[in-house]
Amino acid sequence: MGAAEAPLLAVARHGRELVFVGNGRWIAVHGRALEELVDAALADSGGADSARIDFSGVRALDTVGAVLLERLIRGLGAAMPAPALVGLERRFEPLLDEVSRGCHEVPPATVYVNPFVGALNVVGRTVAETARDGEQFIEFMGAATVAMLRVLARPTTFRLTSMVYHLERTGFRAVPIIALMTFLIGAIIAQQGIFHFRRFGATTYVVDMVGILTLRELGVLIVSIMVAGRSGSAFTAELGSMRMREEVDALRVMGFDPIEVLVLPRLVALIIAVPLLTFLGSMCALVGGGLTAWVYGGISPEIFIARLQEAIALNTFEVGMIKAPFMAAIIGLIACMEGMRVGGSAESLGAHTTASVVKAIFLVIVLDGLFAIFFAAINM
Amino acid sequence: MNPAPSDRTVPSREPIIRVRDLVVGFGERTILDGLSLDVMPGEILGFVGKSGGGKSVLTRTILGLTPKRSGTIEVFGEDIDTLNAVERRAMERRWGVLFQQGALFSSLNVKQNITFPMREYLDMSPRLMDELAIAKIEMVGLSPDVAEKAPSELSGGMIKRAALARSLALDPEILFLDEPTSGLDPIGAGEFDELITTLQQTLGLTVFMVTHDLDSLHTVCDRIAALADGRVIAAGPIETMLASDHPWVFAYFHGKRARAAGFADQQRGR
Repeated sequence: MGAAEAPLLAVARHGRELVFVGNGRWIAVHGRALEELVDAALADSGGADSARIDFSGVRALDTVGAVLLERLIRGLGAAMPAPALVGLERRFEPLLDEVSRGCHEVPPATVYVNPFVGALNVVGRTVAETARDGEQFIEFMGAATVAMLRVLARPTTFRLTSMVYHLERTGFRAVPIIALMTFLIGAIIAQQGIFHFRRFGATTYVVDMVGILTLRELGVLIVSIMVAGRSGSAFTAELGSMRMREEVDALRVMGFDPIEVLVLPRLVALIIAVPLLTFLGSMCALVGGGLTAWVYGGISPEIFIARLQEAIALNTFEVGMIKAPFMAAIIGLIACMEGMRVGGSAESLGAHTTASVVKAIFLVIVLDGLFAIFFAAINM
Repeated sequence: MNPAPSDRTVPSREPIIRVRDLVVGFGERTILDGLSLDVMPGEILGFVGKSGGGKSVLTRTILGLTPKRSGTIEVFGEDIDTLNAVERRAMERRWGVLFQQGALFSSLNVKQNITFPMREYLDMSPRLMDELAIAKIEMVGLSPDVAEKAPSELSGGMIKRAALARSLALDPEILFLDEPTSGLDPIGAGEFDELITTLQQTLGLTVFMVTHDLDSLHTVCDRIAALADGRVIAAGPIETMLASDHPWVFAYFHGKRARAAGFADQQRGR
C-alpha cells in the first residue's frame, strides 16, 4: 500500500452542498485515523444544506469502517436532509444495513455517587454481609450437626472410604511439612530464649519457656494455620468447582444430602487429623528446642528432659490437645461453607477460596483467645 | 458466495485452509491418522463425525492448541509451522473461534469481553470501541442492555450469541464454530443457523463448523466433510453425502433423525 494513496476521506464544498469522497481501505487498522477524519468532517459541516458521500474509491470496508460511515451519515442527517450515498460497492451494502439497524446508544456505564454516601454505603453493606456470614455459619453448623446425628443413628451410611481418603490427604501427607515447620519454630524460640535468659544466668528456664509455649499454644496454632492454608483451601476449591459444574445439584436430585456426602467425611477427617498433627507438631517443636538448647546453651538432652518433667504438668499438654479438634471443626466448617457458596464464575471461586483461608485463620486465633480466657478461669 | 469485504490476500479458488496427512495422537492413541481437508474461501463447511472421533481435536490442531505428530496445515496459504511469533499473532487476528461452552471471560462483562481483543490489537478511541461492541451485540441479535451484564447472568443461548459477538470482534476472515447449536432449543438453534448464514453473507466469512445438528447441516452448510477412522471419508455437498456408501456416513444421513430433518425427501426427489 503506497503512501501516494488518496486520503481516506476528503471533503469539498460545492456551493451549499458538501461532497465527501472516501478512498482506500476503511478497515480496523486505520480505526483511529478514520475516526478523527469523520469527527473532523462532522465538526465543520455547518452552513451546508445538503451532502453527498461518494464511496466509489473505497475498496475495503469492515465493521469498523461501516460503523464510522454510519456515524458520518447519522451525524450529517441531524442537521440536513439525509445525505446521498453513492458508489458504495454492492457487496458492502448488507454490512452497512446491518450496522445502521442498531440504535448505537452506548448505555451509560457508571452513575456518579457522592463519595461520602458511597463510603457509608460500603460500610453498611459490609456490616450487613458480616451479619449474614455469621448467620450462614450458624446455619451451616446446624446442618452439619444434623447430618452428623443422622449418621450416628445409622452408622452404616457414613462414607468411611471417603473419610479415610481425606484423612490421608489432610493428615498423613501433611506430616513432613508440619514436622519441619514446628521443629524450626521450636528451635527458633529456644535460641531466642537462650540469648535473653543468659543475661540473667537463668539459661535453664528456656526449657520451661519452650515447653509451655509449644505445648500450650504454638503447636496447635501452627498446625491449625497450616491446615487452614493447605487443606481448607483445597476443600473450598473442590466443593466450589463441584458447585460450578452442578455436581452438588446432581447429588441433591439423586436424593443425597451434599452435607452428608461431601462435607461430613472432610470434617471428620480434619477432626481426627488435626489432633494427631498437633501431637506430632508439639513433639517436633520440643526436639527442635532441645537440640538448640544443647548446641547453643550447652543443656544436654538428659538435663533438658529432666527439667521438662519438672516444669511441665500434664495439663499444659492437655490444654493444647483439647483445643485441636475445635480448631479442626472451625477450619472444616468454614472451608466447606465457603465452597458451597461459590457461584457460577471463576472469580467467585477465587474469592471464596481466599475468604475460606482468611476467615479460618482469623477464627482459629479468636478461638485460641477464648480458650485462653476459659482455661485461666478454670485454673488449668 | 459473496466475495470477502476487505481485499483478502487469498485468491478465490485456493483453499483458505489446507490440511494434508495430519496425524494427531495422545500417548498410545492415534486420533487423526492421515487426515486431509480443504476449506474454500467464503463457504460454510460442516464437519461431522462420531463423538470422540476427533472433530474438536482437528479444530484445536488447526488453531494450534493441540500439537500434531506429522502433516501440514496451511491457513491463508501459509504453513503454520513456518510462522514466527509475530506472523503467528497476525494470523490469529484473522480468525475467530466460538468455543462450545462460549468461554466468555467470567470476570468481565459482555462489552468488556468483546472489546478485550480490540484493546489488544486495534488502535482506536474507547468511544468507538464501545460503539463497535454494541454494533456486534446487535448483529448477533442481543439487545444492547446485555452489554453491562456478567456472563453468569446470561442464559445458554445468550452466552453463545455473546461469545459469537466476541469471536467477531476483530472482523475475522475465518470463523471456527464448535457445536454452535448444541444446548439450544430447536427454535434458538434455527435462529442461530440463520444468524450464521446472515453474518457469513454480510461479512464474507469462511465458516468451519463442527456440528451434530442435522438441521444445521441441511440448512446452512455449503459443503459437509465426514470424519471416521481418523480421516475424512467423504466431503462435498449433501448429495455427495447421501450417495456415499461408507457405513457410518450412510447410517448418519439415512437414520431416523436424518429423515426427520428432511434429508430423505431430498433423496427421494432426485
